[in-house]
Parts: sequence; structure tokens; C-alpha cells
Amino acid sequence: MAEPDSARVVAGTWFTPYLAVLRSRVKAQQVYRLSFATEVFSAFLIGLVEFAEVWVIFHNVKTLGGLDVDAALLLFGLSNTSFALAQVAVGHLDSLPSMIRMGTLDAYHLRPQPLLLQLVTSDISLRRLARAAVAVIVLGIGLWRNDIDWGIAPVTLIVITLISGIALFCGLFVCAAGLQFFLIDGAELTNSFTYGGSFAAMQPASVFPTPLKLLFGFAIPVAFTAYVPTIALLGLPGPPLLPAWSAWLTPLAAAWVWLLASAAWRVGTRHYQGGGG
Amino acid sequence: MRGNVAGDGGLAFAVRRRRKPGAFRVYWTLARAGFKRQAQYKLAMFAGLFTNCVFGFVRAAVMVAAVRAAGDFGGYDEGTIGAYVWLSQALLGATQFMGPQIDLVDRIKTGDVAIDFLRPIDVQLGYLATDMGRAACTFLPRGVPSIAIGAATFGLSMPSTPVAYLLGLISVLLAVALSFLCLFAVALIGFWVVEIRGIRVLYQIVGTFLAGLFVPVHMFPDWLRVVAMSTPFPSILQAPIDTLSGRAAGTDALIIVVLQGFWVLVIGLLGRVLLRAGQRRLEVQGG
Repeated sequence: MAEPDSARVVAGTWFTPYLAVLRSRVKAQQVYRLSFATEVFSAFLIGLVEFAEVWVIFHNVKTLGGLDVDAALLLFGLSNTSFALAQVAVGHLDSLPSMIRMGTLDAYHLRPQPLLLQLVTSDISLRRLARAAVAVIVLGIGLWRNDIDWGIAPVTLIVITLISGIALFCGLFVCAAGLQFFLIDGAELTNSFTYGGSFAAMQPASVFPTPLKLLFGFAIPVAFTAYVPTIALLGLPGPPLLPAWSAWLTPLAAAWVWLLASAAWRVGTRHYQGGGG
Repeated sequence: MRGNVAGDGGLAFAVRRRRKPGAFRVYWTLARAGFKRQAQYKLAMFAGLFTNCVFGFVRAAVMVAAVRAAGDFGGYDEGTIGAYVWLSQALLGATQFMGPQIDLVDRIKTGDVAIDFLRPIDVQLGYLATDMGRAACTFLPRGVPSIAIGAATFGLSMPSTPVAYLLGLISVLLAVALSFLCLFAVALIGFWVVEIRGIRVLYQIVGTFLAGLFVPVHMFPDWLRVVAMSTPFPSILQAPIDTLSGRAAGTDALIIVVLQGFWVLVIGLLGRVLLRAGQRRLEVQGG
């Protein structure tokens, strides 16, 4: 009787093993309830504190870089929702340097599946959803409080922005992971564009001096995850380098980051010689 | 069993009692070892400096814009807000808010900490000395260049009297010690709970915010400033920035330094109490 069942499991799709791992991860995180609860609470507080930073600045100024407090809510909501969700999916790639150092990465190499896909599914952090929740709530408030000319175009733009934003930040994490193969001691270097990128994405890019505008507008185009869409949604002109209409180019920005990411990942994994175990 | 525990405790105590007057030299050696160990990680230092600078540029751009937009931004002008941003970036490596967890966390988890208890030096002071050495080694290659880069790009206003720098230096030393003692106390929670990752992240995020890393504590609304000032966190970052940048001078600076000393004593004592309790618990577990 049980045979057909197990046969069906064996004959799953290519994704079945990953699904099994993901399911076990989700279960494992719920076993130590107290630990899980404090981690969820911490993640929630991270979101709250990040929001408090923005809030304290706008407690002291009326407008910053042409944005008022309502616009800042939208900016924060867009950038942080994308970043937090990307972190849920691939944020644990951060631990790659310690996996390389401890030699645990070699075990993944032995399995007949793509390394990146294995690593991505190796640890999905549910606690980080709490941080994303704060961002989504702020985004909701931002969309409600601002005077947006609702129609097909803004809704489409928001959806495109969120999908591209998540993809873009995921790409940055993969890019960082690829570089870790070279930078075992200097892993902190990549924080400058993962966490630094997320931090820069929360700011109105109009206050940046030109070099920073070029850096976060084109080289590591995090300005497209929130600032450019925000000014487009609000009908603001935006600075000369980042005009409002370019908000529609956000998928292009994500594609550019993924081009960098796949190059970094390929070069990194080729360079990797094993942990010497 | 119980007698055995008391016996071990007594032995450890006896060993500690035999400490020679030259104890200071032991801690000095530990501090130098901490310095040397940190000096091995050249790429890490460069990475830290680079990341500090990227964050510094973004934060400085935002803060300068905020100062320009607001009529009065907590008494800050473009020069002093620049000094605040770049000094805070410079101090980050030494105060280790963002750093990896301290070794002690793993040693408690694996039980290796039992060996630390048997050594003829004080566990807390020993770790503190090592960390002061480590911090010194981050301040020179990471902190000083951060300030220099900030000064070159933003033009910081810094004090001109030697007294300000002397007080600033004392303030930085107290801040580094306090930061470590806090991390030490957090690590000791590991005696009671298996996984302290959540608690550490909590400490890191609430601590950096209340310490004034993202926005100066002076800019907080009144109630939040009261909350912040009732914690040791502003003494870790805002205090050394204020004394070193000359925002607080003379008696004000002296009060800040005394307050830092107060927190060092309080958190240091808390650490000792937790360490004692943890030691008892560890011995009961390990037999």
C-alpha cells in the first residue's frame, strides 16, 4: 500500500530535494521555541530601529533631499521590503567565509547539485520575516499617506519595483558570496555593497554628491530599488542623473547586478581549491 | 558530588590567590598578544576601513543635507556633524559593536571556559586586556585613516587644545573597555541559554541605535534621550565622540568621562556577578 507513495516521492522533480531541505529547515527553527521567539523579536526590533533612524531625522527636519516625511515612509518601505525579503531568501550566504574556513563547504561540493542552489536552500531564516513585516507595514502606510495618482501605471510600477528590488539585493548577496572565495580574511569588504547598499537605498539619493550618485545609481544601482520609483510615484522631477521616468528601468538595474553576480560566483567557485580536509 | 565541586572551587581560588605582585605584567603581555593577533589580519583591516568609509560617505551626505535643511540641528553645523560621522565610523572597529562575537561565546558553549577558570589570572580582566590590545590595533590602521579621509573630503571641525585630546583619549579608552565589558556580560548569558544569537543581535541593534551611531543622541526626542541616557550605550560612542570632537569641553567633558567610569564599574561588576554564578552552574553541570 505504501509503495506507490514512496515511489512518487522518489520520482519528484529536480526541486524535490531542495523542498525537503527547506521543509526540514522550517521545522528545525520551530523546535527551540524560546530561542526562535527571541530571534523573531530581535528581527522585528531591527526593522523598528532602522525605521526609528529615519523617524528621528524627520523629527528634526521638514524635508530631506526634496522628500517630506510621507515620501520618506514610501522610500523606506520600498527599499527595506526588498532588502528584507532578499535577506530571508539568501542572506545566509553571509556565512560562506566561515564555511570555507571550517571546510564544511566541501561537503556541498560532493553532492550532484548546483552549489549555489544548495547553499541558498541550506538555511532559510524565518525570523527575518519579522523584519520584512515592519518594512511592509511602513510601505503600506507610505502608499496610503502619499498623494499617488492611482491607476494601472503606479500599481505596475510598484510590482515591478518590488520584484526587481528583491532580485537586485539577492544579486548583491550572491556577488558578495562569489568574492568571499578570495576575501576570506576580508569578508567585511563586501558588507560595503550588501549592507551598505541597503543603507544607501534608504536615503534620498538627491542628497548624495555626484560620485555617490554614480556609485549607487549605476555601478551598484540600489537607488533604483526605492528612490527613483518613489519620485516617479509622487510625480517629483528628481535629480538630473536619476530622472523619474528611469524608474521603469529597474529590471535593467537588477539584470546588471545579476550579470556581476554570476561573473563573481563563477570566478569565485573556479578559484576555490577546497578546505584541505 | 557537591563536596567535589566545592573542592575544585577552592583549588581555583587558591591558585588565584598565589598571584604575584607582577600581575600587571601578565595583563600587559595579554594586551600585546591581542594587538599582535589582530595585526595578522591585514586584509581584514583594509576591508574594515573600506566599509567604514563607504558607510561614512553615505551617512555624512545625509547628515550634512539634514543640517542644511534644518534651521537648528541639535547645535550641529556642517563641520561638527562631519566630525560626529567620521569619529563614529573610526570608533566602530575599536568598540566592536558590529564585530564578530567574542571568543568567550564559543568557549562557554563547548565548555572550554572551564580551562579559563583554572588559569591563575582573572577571567574578566584577562579577556579585557586581550581586547584592549585588539582595539588598539584596530584604531591605528582603521580609525585614524577614517578620520583623515573624512577630514580630507568633508572638512571636520576638531578642537585645538591638547587638553581636549587628552580627555578624548581617556574617554576612548573607557569606551572600548565598557564596550567589551558589555559584550562579556552578554556572552555570559550563554551559561543559561544554549544559543545567544538572538540576544546578541538584539544587543547589537538596540545598542548601536541608543549609542548614537545612526543619529546623534542629542537629536533624539526628549523621552528617547532619557531612555538612551539610562543605558550604558551613549558612553560607548556618543561620549568619546563628544569629548574628542570638542563638542563637550571643560567641566562638561569631565562629567562625561566620570559617567563613563561609572558605567565601566557597574557593567564590570555585573559581569563579575554573572561570571561567579555561571562558574557555579558550569561546575554543577560538568561534575
